[in-house]
Amino acid sequence: MTATMERPMTDPATTQATETLTLAKAINEGLRAAMRDDDKVLLMGEDIGPLGGVFRVTDGLQAEFGEQRVVDTPLAESGILGTAVGMAMRGYRPVCEIQFDGFVFPAFDQITTQLAKVHNRTRGKVQMPVVVRIPYGGGIGAVEHHSESPEVLFTHTAGLRVATPATPQDAYTMIQEAIACPDPVVFLEPKGRYWSKGEVDRGAPVGSDTLNKARIARPGTDITLVAYGPTVATAMKSAEALAAEGRSAEVVDLRALSPVDTGTLVESVRKTGRCIVIHEAPVFYGVGAEIAARVTEECFYALEAPVLRVGGFHMQYPIAKLEHDYLPSVDRILDAVDRAFAH
Amino acid sequence: MNSDIGEDKVPLLQLLTPEGARVTGRGNSAYRKRIAGLKPEQLRGMYRDMVLTRRFDDEATSLQRQGELGLYAPSRGQEAAQVGNAYALAPQDFVFPSYREHGVLQVRGVDPVGRLEFYRGTDHGGWNPLEHNAQVYTVVIGSQALHAVGYAMGVQRDGLVGTGDPAKDTAVVTYFGDGATSQGDVSEGLVFAAVNQAPVVFYCQNNQWAISEPTTKQTRTPLYKRGEGFGIPSLRVDGNDVLACYAATQEALERARSGGGPTFIEAFTYRMGAHTTSDDPTRYRTTEQEEVWRKRDPIDRLRILLENENAIDDRFEAELRAEADALGERLRDHVRKLEPATKTQMFETVYATEHSIVSEDRAWFEAYEAGEPADAAYATAQTAVVPQTAAVQQGGTR
Ligand SMILES: Cc1ncc(C[n+]2csc(CCOP(=O)(O)OP(=O)(O)O)c2C)c(N)n1
Repeated sequence: MTATMERPMTDPATTQATETLTLAKAINEGLRAAMRDDDKVLLMGEDIGPLGGVFRVTDGLQAEFGEQRVVDTPLAESGILGTAVGMAMRGYRPVCEIQFDGFVFPAFDQITTQLAKVHNRTRGKVQMPVVVRIPYGGGIGAVEHHSESPEVLFTHTAGLRVATPATPQDAYTMIQEAIACPDPVVFLEPKGRYWSKGEVDRGAPVGSDTLNKARIARPGTDITLVAYGPTVATAMKSAEALAAEGRSAEVVDLRALSPVDTGTLVESVRKTGRCIVIHEAPVFYGVGAEIAARVTEECFYALEAPVLRVGGFHMQYPIAKLEHDYLPSVDRILDAVDRAFAH
Repeated sequence: MNSDIGEDKVPLLQLLTPEGARVTGRGNSAYRKRIAGLKPEQLRGMYRDMVLTRRFDDEATSLQRQGELGLYAPSRGQEAAQVGNAYALAPQDFVFPSYREHGVLQVRGVDPVGRLEFYRGTDHGGWNPLEHNAQVYTVVIGSQALHAVGYAMGVQRDGLVGTGDPAKDTAVVTYFGDGATSQGDVSEGLVFAAVNQAPVVFYCQNNQWAISEPTTKQTRTPLYKRGEGFGIPSLRVDGNDVLACYAATQEALERARSGGGPTFIEAFTYRMGAHTTSDDPTRYRTTEQEEVWRKRDPIDRLRILLENENAIDDRFEAELRAEADALGERLRDHVRKLEPATKTQMFETVYATEHSIVSEDRAWFEAYEAGEPADAAYATAQTAVVPQTAAVQQGGTR
């Protein structure tokens, strides 16, 4: 994206081995690497100091970098984002933690009316290299406001980049690329996947353009399953089930929701001829609508069936006891696949 | 403890000492008058509600440990702040709680089983706010302060302030923590209340912590002074002293009901347990501090007073124990049985009026639950049994 992104890892001691980390720990390590690399990077948020954040994503960072770089802020989201805007203007790279998805809205004003607009409003003179980390999505049985899927509210806002990792490796790399990015990045962390483990290669290059490029999570030939964040795992399970039925599904992990890597999608759907988009957020006006429109525009003659969507209902996030009826499941995905093949 | 905002340096209204004695001597006589008329049975009532609130906490915490609740936010240590406050309310007053006001709702008579629906994940509320004049729990920190002020502005417009009729004059109380004072919504609530002279009481339970952050991360001045900056009369009370909390709230409610406008009360107290059942306070606070506050336990304090004034006997204690046991049993039994009546209840209250996308989603879900293949549901829609579904089924698989 920019020169700053193509930097080598600076700590050779930690770049060697591949190791198994949880997604939360991978973000923690990514933050640590970015902070060691650039002393303008600082973290701001509620309870991120001695507690290490309610999900422990910032665990140990205040002990290493001190209170000036890992800041326990007042309980004020608009304050966190508004001061981050000012700090960015002063040359810092704030990484703001919003404790839960449902609490980003007090800061929504600052994110959408200020953070997203400063660069354009100053005719490019002032950059806003701010990362807004938000644990999002459901499946953890939480109370109200602790399981939301607000991604399109940000994707619809010009000036923001929106990205979400699905694996520990991507979490590790993507958070560093988000921090290095000169534009504001809304970094959505799939909280239901925080404790899932995967291999992380710390030597993986930062600068692999994860904020622009989708990832083929599983190659296949018969149908494309498009997912991101928490639904990538569900799509992978569905693909396994389909393999047992003799159908070969390609799983595309979008990674970036704004911009969307249309190229990778088009290539995949031209190959498979079928496409299903899966997300937890409501289908109505959701990410799936954008993907379906793009894929249809670009792949109309390659499509064997309409692009289908599997996602949440048009409702406030349901009570914990019913969230599994709300979230897209393997069964629902397989059902949609059957429909796609029925055409 | 917290430099210049610590309790030792800031005067607070206290009517009952940590040793359980009534405060006598000079000063505070106006407040002492307010509690002078409290009869032994009223004091016992306060004690009872505090004991039952703590039992509610203990049961809810163990239900959470057994996996029956997703989460629970205990009120242990804050019983006096809440019960004392709630005893000053009139039936027509309306309260806007955060998520920890179990003692207030105990006094308001909200069914204890219903109070746990929110934490079990079977309901976003759990009771009818209009039946109890108590809004359901609010999680987004500070937002309820504005709702309370708006409600109070409505009360003003309805002419229910300053009529002199105690059955009519109405006030509103909103509850929030020390952390919440950092939120814009609380500041904006103070602004609206002050310029409108709204009949509202801002009741800040300063329990020293906002999850892991001590009050010093939110403010450099004692919180009650926050009200003064907005032109709102403000005071700090000993939040572990049920009598002081009662007297201060009563004064504030009288001011509100008579047209005197808002009051800000900081109840200085302590959250004795974890922030919620998913919190680990050993990561950020000392047992030393906890010990200091254990000695100020609000329930012990009132019990000693009752004992000293011969207002309590073994029989009362035994009956109360039995009542608490019955409460525990009822919670253990009924909470486990709480489940949503139907799965489709989630579609029922999305809007007050029919919204076609919700109807379509619901029709799709019902068909799916009935085991009909999705393309059959599509066919059904096309045969106009559920006409609206046709369009969305083209591409809308939920
Ligand atoms: C707007 C918002 N941000 C963050 C949270 C997460 N959160 C829940 S409780 C809490 C601490 C609240 O502290 P305080 O206001 O002092 O109240 P207490 O819980 O101590 O009674 C936080 C940060 C939230 N619920 N709402």
